[in-house]
Amino acid sequence: MSQIRYTKEHEYVRVEGGEGVVGITEYAQQQLGDVVFAEAPPIGKALKRGDPAAVVESVKAASDVFAPVAGEVVAVNSEVESTPGLINEDALGRGWLFRIKLADPAELGALMDESAYADYLKTLG
Amino acid sequence: MRYLPLDASDREAMLARIGVPDISALFADIPADKRIEGLLDMPLAKSEMAVEREMAAIAGRSLAAGSVPFFLGAGAYRRHIPATVDHLIQRSEFLTSYTPYQPEIAQGTLQVLFEFQTQVAALTGMEVANASMYDGSTACGEAMLMAHRLTRRGRAVISGGLHPQYADVCATLARMAGDAIVRLPPDLTASEDIAAAIDGATSCVIVQSPDFFGNPRDLAPIAAAAHAHGALVIAVFTDPVALGALRSPGEMDADIAVGEGQGIGNALSFGGPYLGLFATRARNVRQMPGRLAGETVDAAGRRSFVLTLSTREQHIRRDKATSNICTNSGLCALAFSIHLTLLGAAGLRRLANVNHANAVRLAERLAAIPGVEVVNSHFFNEFTLRTPRPAAALIEALAERGVIGGLPVSRLLPGAGLDDCIVVASTETNSEDDRAAFARALADCLG
Amino acid sequence: MNVQGRPTRPETAAPSHRRATFTGNRGLDIEEALIFETGRLDATGVDLDPPEPYASRLGPHARAGAIELPGLTEPEAIRHYVRLSRNNYSIDAGIYPLGSCTMKHNSRLNEKMARLPGFADVHPLQPVSTAQGALAVIEALSRALLTMTGMEAVAMSPKAGAHGELCGMMAIKAAVEARGEGATRRVVLVPDSAHGTNPATAALIGYSVRPVPAGADGTVSAEAVRAALASDVAAIMLTNPNTCGLFEREIVGIAEAVRAAGAYFYCDGANFNAVVGKTRPGDLGVDAMHINLHKTFSTPHGGGGPGAGPVALSSRLAPYAPVPYVKREGAALRLVEHIEGGESFGRMCAFHGQTGMFVRALAFILSHGADGLRQASEDAVLSANYILASLSDLMSAPFGERPCMHEALFDDRWLKDTGLTTLDFAKAMIDEGYHPMTVYFPLIVHGAMLIEPTESESKASLDLFIMTLRDLALAATAGERERFQAAPTLAPRQRLDETRAARRPVLRWTKLEPV
Repeated sequence: MSQIRYTKEHEYVRVEGGEGVVGITEYAQQQLGDVVFAEAPPIGKALKRGDPAAVVESVKAASDVFAPVAGEVVAVNSEVESTPGLINEDALGRGWLFRIKLADPAELGALMDESAYADYLKTLG
Repeated sequence: MRYLPLDASDREAMLARIGVPDISALFADIPADKRIEGLLDMPLAKSEMAVEREMAAIAGRSLAAGSVPFFLGAGAYRRHIPATVDHLIQRSEFLTSYTPYQPEIAQGTLQVLFEFQTQVAALTGMEVANASMYDGSTACGEAMLMAHRLTRRGRAVISGGLHPQYADVCATLARMAGDAIVRLPPDLTASEDIAAAIDGATSCVIVQSPDFFGNPRDLAPIAAAAHAHGALVIAVFTDPVALGALRSPGEMDADIAVGEGQGIGNALSFGGPYLGLFATRARNVRQMPGRLAGETVDAAGRRSFVLTLSTREQHIRRDKATSNICTNSGLCALAFSIHLTLLGAAGLRRLANVNHANAVRLAERLAAIPGVEVVNSHFFNEFTLRTPRPAAALIEALAERGVIGGLPVSRLLPGAGLDDCIVVASTETNSEDDRAAFARALADCLG
Repeated sequence: MNVQGRPTRPETAAPSHRRATFTGNRGLDIEEALIFETGRLDATGVDLDPPEPYASRLGPHARAGAIELPGLTEPEAIRHYVRLSRNNYSIDAGIYPLGSCTMKHNSRLNEKMARLPGFADVHPLQPVSTAQGALAVIEALSRALLTMTGMEAVAMSPKAGAHGELCGMMAIKAAVEARGEGATRRVVLVPDSAHGTNPATAALIGYSVRPVPAGADGTVSAEAVRAALASDVAAIMLTNPNTCGLFEREIVGIAEAVRAAGAYFYCDGANFNAVVGKTRPGDLGVDAMHINLHKTFSTPHGGGGPGAGPVALSSRLAPYAPVPYVKREGAALRLVEHIEGGESFGRMCAFHGQTGMFVRALAFILSHGADGLRQASEDAVLSANYILASLSDLMSAPFGERPCMHEALFDDRWLKDTGLTTLDFAKAMIDEGYHPMTVYFPLIVHGAMLIEPTESESKASLDLFIMTLRDLALAATAGERERFQAAPTLAPRQRLDETRAARRPVLRWTKLEPV
């Protein structure tokens, strides 16, 4: 049973076992526009919560993707590196960016769940 | 005033629409005690005729290179530029247009940049080039920073054959960016052992060919040594016409090629504006600074060109940009491209051939003067003379006799023990009479 | 995160309303292929006699193999470039209202003067005694810039505005290090409204950027600066007038606070055109300010460059100015090319700077004189306010209740219920024969539209521009959509697929090998 959590910077982390799959949300990909480039962190990198981890670029903007929780990078999505448009088509699915082994699952408690994130989006107008 | 179309009644009507009594109301945000009430302390407006007279008098106080036998290079080269080039760059649509941010009405500029990028890549034997940088020296500095980003190392090794001012630019930039450089001593005879200076902390090796003293260099063994340590090779050139005769940086396994483009299409202009050429391998393109024109299609499916990969640049990445550069050297790149199009491969080879032939003939004549030695075994259109008397004084004496005989090395490398050396260049603009005059004057000065 | 959400490829394929032609040409609007498609490797437009036989001294370094550079004869080359040029908009053809760019008229006298052999045909390393005229140009322009800025010294070598920023910040870094505070002062304050070159420049030389917020009135308050100042701050980088087209009213207080905190004040001089002859940056407390000669002093934009960015320096920073610089010694001018025991921070580029652009800027300054320069600033500010007053009933202006300086800022609130974006509005201007204003800059305003007419526009030109924008604005708010979203349809190209250009970069022509 996986749970999904969201940050204010529009990253998500989908927790599966002791690992988290990280990407940017549907809202973020809409704001960015067509994604032209994505760069994941190197495998093995140790991230703290809030560290800049990946970069997603559209034609007119470049966005840092921050680690929603601490962990070690165990996998990256090479499909997204060759077909960055996947992030627009399927941000929560095939458009995932990297997978981390969670250092401290308790950190998830500080993030928003599905309905809290939906409420948050409403405040952004 | 001939440049200001608004007249008094226009201004009155405009102030009325705005709803203020006079122009000072629009400057009210300037603190009262900081406003200039009168005029600046400078002369009043002048007619076009008066300005021409004044500036022509200033211009008259310089010696134009074309008026005397002229043999000075050292990073900027006197070229014959076809009349077509200057005519075309003065077309309104090239001269007075801006950066092509609205590509639908800038396809002229964008297609020229795409052609320019292709020409620079072909000339340097590399895969991709940018739309130009300010000049060769700043392009060299930017290449050094790019190598740091690519290797994640901060120490550059600089050949003793690099143009001293290029090396100074790299040194200033490195110090300010918190990086280090290893600067090899001036290398008159291309005999330094660069490979020995490379180690696992080296980000890049910066080597010029032909070097500042005129020696062509084989970069392939240096590239092999650098790559074995995970370092990059930055190949530098200061006369692009040299690449019409000498092996290209790409053929010699360089990773980045940078150089001065002035020698094709652009006047000497006392040092600027020039243009920096910058080319690299396709895999490095995301770390390459500067503007890039790319091909795409428009809504009607027609081939079109547009500035692309802009997310590397300052206006988007801001503090994470690959560089802070904003402009390219647009009009100078256009002049370069037009001249190179007029030349074509055949014309470029012929031009390079004439340059080399002239330099060979000059070297023969000068070497025949007692006490004068041509240091280089090989050269393209520039070589170094050793003279029996201090070079700086000789150059002054030659100038008094109406000959510009080259650069005394001590001017750019004081205290390097090279006070008896002159770097001499010869392009297609030199005639047999020029060569004879130079030899005569030099023999005279030494006699 | 970019919240502007601009589309970067055409939403639908455009219907063609015009009759297709065999050539693809449309009257005087000619399609032109690449030189790589029309040229030949053995064609040339330059005749040179081959040299007499000689013994080569190239050694083993000769280039073998074909160089893939096509040639064109002269008539073919002229046709190629003339046709290409006609696909460009230009100042010579119409108003170019790009905010922050100061697209004023480029006088032809500038070009004639720059081509005098005594300026164009002088090598930077000629014996200094043979280059006194060139040095005189550098000196004369420096003197004029010092008079206009009221500052102590000017570094002439930076090659463009961003290069000038780098120069100014390097001088500041050198000054901070000379005081022994290089390790502690590592932060530069930059307002969020700043041009991207500002933070990029600071980061390049190792500073981290701390943002300073603008107030609701679009300017930076001395209080906000004081709140951000600390002993770790080396400098503030401020644009004045700022990127919203407003004069920073509290600039003197800001300068005093910065100085009191032991930091330096860098002023981005991109908008100097508003205040030449009206105030002096030196009097306001600025320590370093770059001047864009290609903006304020009319050197031509040339399709994107070259520029020139001399930097005026205060007495606090003058000792750290880079080499080279021109020095008067009696009747002659000398070039100081090496750090002669002083505190110069080093060299920024080979040779001495953009002398060709100095000649042009000097011609502009001599032509205008003290009275012309002041009139130019006044007309630039007057014209921008005329546009603001003539459009603010239809288009929302975030700071429209107060006068602007040389540029008028609008945003996209007025487009809210139309389904149209700032981009759509801009593209529709193209069909009307106008280059759009600057869009989506500054970033602190949503859908920004920044209009800078300069002093070079006649009232008739301004009136037609205003009436056209009013017509477009009324059409937009009346519910016309297709016209805007399909625009431009009358330009040489319609909207381009920028997504494709970035996802599949094709950065050069490549010969297709036969399979």
